[in-house]
Amino acid sequence: MAKHSANARHARDGNRPNKPGAGDTDSTSAGSEGFAGGLASVGGHLADRRRFLGYLLAAPTVVAAAQLGGSLLGSQSAGAAQPVPSNPQVADNYDLSDAIYDAAKPTSDLITVQVHSDGTVSHEMVRTEVGQGVQTAIAMLIAEEMDIPIEKVNVTHAPARPELVWNQLTGGSTAIGSQFTPVRVAAAIAKGRLLDAAAAKWDLAKSELTAHAGRVLRPSGQALSFGELAEAAAVTENKKVSTELKPDSDFKVIGKPQRRVDAMDIVTGQKEFATDMEMPDALPTMVCRPPTINGTVKSVNNADEVQNMPGVTDVATITTGVAVRAKTFGQCVDAIHALDVSWNGGPVEGTSDTSIEKELKDAHPPWVIPGTPGTKAFEREYTFAFTNNAPLEPATAIADVKEDSAEIWAAAKLPITAQGEIASLLGLPATAVTFNVVGSGGSFGRRLFNDGPLDAAEASQKMGKPVRLMWHRADEYRHGRGRPMQVSKIRAFHDGEVVHSLENRYTSVFTDFGHGFGDLMAQYYTSVNPDTPLATNPGSALALSQTIFELTAVWPYSMGPTKQLLMEVRQPTESTGTEHNLTTFNTTAMRQVYNPNVVAAQELFVDELANEMGRDRYEFRREFAKDDKFREVIEKVAEAGNWGRSLPDGVAQGIGVHEEYKQHAACLVEVDCRPETVNRKIPGGTTGPRVLRVVFVSTVARHLVNPLGAEAQLQGGIMDGISLAQTNSLHLKDGAFLEGSYDDFRYTRQWNVPTDVQVILLPEDSEAEVGGFGEVGVAPTCAAVACAIGAARGSYPNYLPISHNAGIPFEVKPHDPPIPQSPTNGLEHYPAPAKASEETSLNP
Amino acid sequence: MPEHSFTVNGRQVTVDIEDDVRMLWVLRDVLGVTGPKYGCGINVCKACTSHYNGRAFNPCSVPVSKIGPDDEITTIEGLADTAPGEDLHPMQEAWLEHDVAQCGYCQPGQIMAAVDLVKKVHAEGRDLTDADIDTNMRNVCRCGTYYRIRQAMKDGAERMKGMKKGG
Repeated sequence: MAKHSANARHARDGNRPNKPGAGDTDSTSAGSEGFAGGLASVGGHLADRRRFLGYLLAAPTVVAAAQLGGSLLGSQSAGAAQPVPSNPQVADNYDLSDAIYDAAKPTSDLITVQVHSDGTVSHEMVRTEVGQGVQTAIAMLIAEEMDIPIEKVNVTHAPARPELVWNQLTGGSTAIGSQFTPVRVAAAIAKGRLLDAAAAKWDLAKSELTAHAGRVLRPSGQALSFGELAEAAAVTENKKVSTELKPDSDFKVIGKPQRRVDAMDIVTGQKEFATDMEMPDALPTMVCRPPTINGTVKSVNNADEVQNMPGVTDVATITTGVAVRAKTFGQCVDAIHALDVSWNGGPVEGTSDTSIEKELKDAHPPWVIPGTPGTKAFEREYTFAFTNNAPLEPATAIADVKEDSAEIWAAAKLPITAQGEIASLLGLPATAVTFNVVGSGGSFGRRLFNDGPLDAAEASQKMGKPVRLMWHRADEYRHGRGRPMQVSKIRAFHDGEVVHSLENRYTSVFTDFGHGFGDLMAQYYTSVNPDTPLATNPGSALALSQTIFELTAVWPYSMGPTKQLLMEVRQPTESTGTEHNLTTFNTTAMRQVYNPNVVAAQELFVDELANEMGRDRYEFRREFAKDDKFREVIEKVAEAGNWGRSLPDGVAQGIGVHEEYKQHAACLVEVDCRPETVNRKIPGGTTGPRVLRVVFVSTVARHLVNPLGAEAQLQGGIMDGISLAQTNSLHLKDGAFLEGSYDDFRYTRQWNVPTDVQVILLPEDSEAEVGGFGEVGVAPTCAAVACAIGAARGSYPNYLPISHNAGIPFEVKPHDPPIPQSPTNGLEHYPAPAKASEETSLNP
Repeated sequence: MPEHSFTVNGRQVTVDIEDDVRMLWVLRDVLGVTGPKYGCGINVCKACTSHYNGRAFNPCSVPVSKIGPDDEITTIEGLADTAPGEDLHPMQEAWLEHDVAQCGYCQPGQIMAAVDLVKKVHAEGRDLTDADIDTNMRNVCRCGTYYRIRQAMKDGAERMKGMKKGG
């Protein structure tokens, strides 16, 4: 297991002042929570001095809900003053997480915790488990606050609940942070009510009772289980109550490594994803998609013939192609191969990597910061290829659409949006659509969009039957979503000693943030920052993108006046809202949105600038670090990674630095670029440089709910970073992506995994209560790997991944028919598929 | 329609289905055995990895007609029964110990592939190495749990040495 410093953290927390009334004098943020209803509220953030409002809800057993409200305004922190201070950036003080947290607060009283007569506690979470471990973390919060074993806590997904407005959104690494207080408040109220019920039963004062391991104990040692008290604790009318939360120093669950609550189901094959659900009439359904991106059906020339194929029950044209329903998915594949469809071209027909790169470079706005006398300009430009979210579970959904109602089962990070879009597509009121949320086999931004559920709903409606719809893998690469091509152009003026100014012009193909997210940002961010593009240009897709960029871009070095600006090309001509109408590439906010590329460009530039100025790449970063937290993580990663140690020629170190989701992070890697390594052969695999070692350092916010889960998320993010620097991209040619399988797409595989990965979490007296680890691993690692490769080769890459322009090392699968047929020789070919048995690897 | 008989997780089954339907769909869509997952359908991602007469294979790339009445298919659901006792298979235990899974979608295939690779190297009378994992574990994990997979495999390999019969 990789090392982390969680134990040190516990020891430190254990020494925190904790007596009632003892102030937490090291607290620096003021009024980080607001309160409604006129009950006691105090400034400062020590939980044991705060009271929270909530409700007991009328139900057969006790049900409690939380209430939070008010505004969150982070305290202002001054920027460091050396060497040449940079101007504060928006995301220094208020970032994307804050906007999402604020949006969740007004409806936090609508989440509940229920105690059942069997002694279990249940909670329908309003976040989606996509692998990030939110289900486990929320179960931990409830177990902690209620003093009940985590095995007795059942956390499931709530269906789409429109009354939650913006509080049913999973994204931006905010799931645990947004639920940290509301879930605990609801749990604390439920526990308080159980204590009330026991006190009444025994005719004792509540203060004489304690809760432990799911039971209420009286001083004599006699006990009543939560289950025995559940009915007595119930109320017949909704009732407003207040509660205190457990003080930090009493935490026995929060902050301790906790294995995943769904692990047993996973390792025994019992965990259910959408297509695993038992629903006998919902037959397998797939869509025959156009050869070019967002092409449309002109005519289906042999529907009757295909309809009569073995197993096939239905053929129906839908918005995105021709849907076929059959007894098995294999017969859907056969039907797609047999279909004769005439297509209309899509809106990006004729485009290619080179044409889009040119569009992006032509769109760079001019520089605005002039050089000063005695300074020299240093300028670089970096291109980042199209990529794809590629969760292993493709887009899937079960849909059962009837004349006046519809029921859907699918993964979604914005279930309310899904419900609304489906209702609109079907011509039904939203109230007639039940959207059941199912945990997903990965997301990385994919489930912000409801392409699978929309296809399923439309197919079910047209066929008049329930469907179990699934995208083929090739569909995901060619018609799914991801981060589009981006170009980062950076210019600094320096005098050889210090850097006087820094400008970053960032151009991207339009990134779709989806229906609804812009409204959230408009409502919760523009009031905080009336100068933001979204406020000055409401309703503009570019303004929304620029605002999100502004909320996540942090140049970590003091380099004088600093300006980072996003420009987009190929925006849709109209909103991509409820019409299922895409007019450009299919994109989404992929894991860490812009920052894997923004930070890779930043760190490549800093490496090259340090070399230009004749400075050690680590010392340069340390000296120019914008504040002490950046300096701390840079120093720590260099120390743990043994910066500058002697390495063979062709092996080098690289560092990447970033701040996001309330955490400062730095990554140090060692990459082997020696020919014998780069040219090692794996049948059908791209090998290339090998990352030998990764040291990743991150600060943590005041609370780290599950150190084991945080470490897992960072380890996963590290693999993404390695992929994005080395191998992982889509090639665009003639308006279509060439990749059709994981061997083509080249996400990290075991042969490129480092055998030494060390994650170090640094306890902090952070202003932020809870951070988020789902994404922050990606960008610093991608940057560090790119830098190390540059250093090892003595020549820095200006295009990532480095493999992208080294040729197409795979046979491109046909685009018509749009998906490959399954092989039949699987018994003879394991583990490498037949095609890969020959050496096809082509290394950069 | 042709009938096909074989054993799945110790249970003899007969299915009525066309000869060319791949085993992944026979397992999932006909028999309701959903542990093996779809990730690509072309023998690349390895999410469906299961065992055919005790050795790993990818059912997405094998037509049902190639499976005979004496053949035994083991999926993740039946893996524990191939180990002695009532407990999980030692590799499953190792997966729990190291808290490998994130989304969990690829993990049934990872575990089935890991068991097969360890059996192979043990049959060769040697210990599992990182090089073995590099070359043979092609299973995609898009969550990037690869590092913990390595740890769990090495742990699981040690645990498997204690098994009395082959798993």
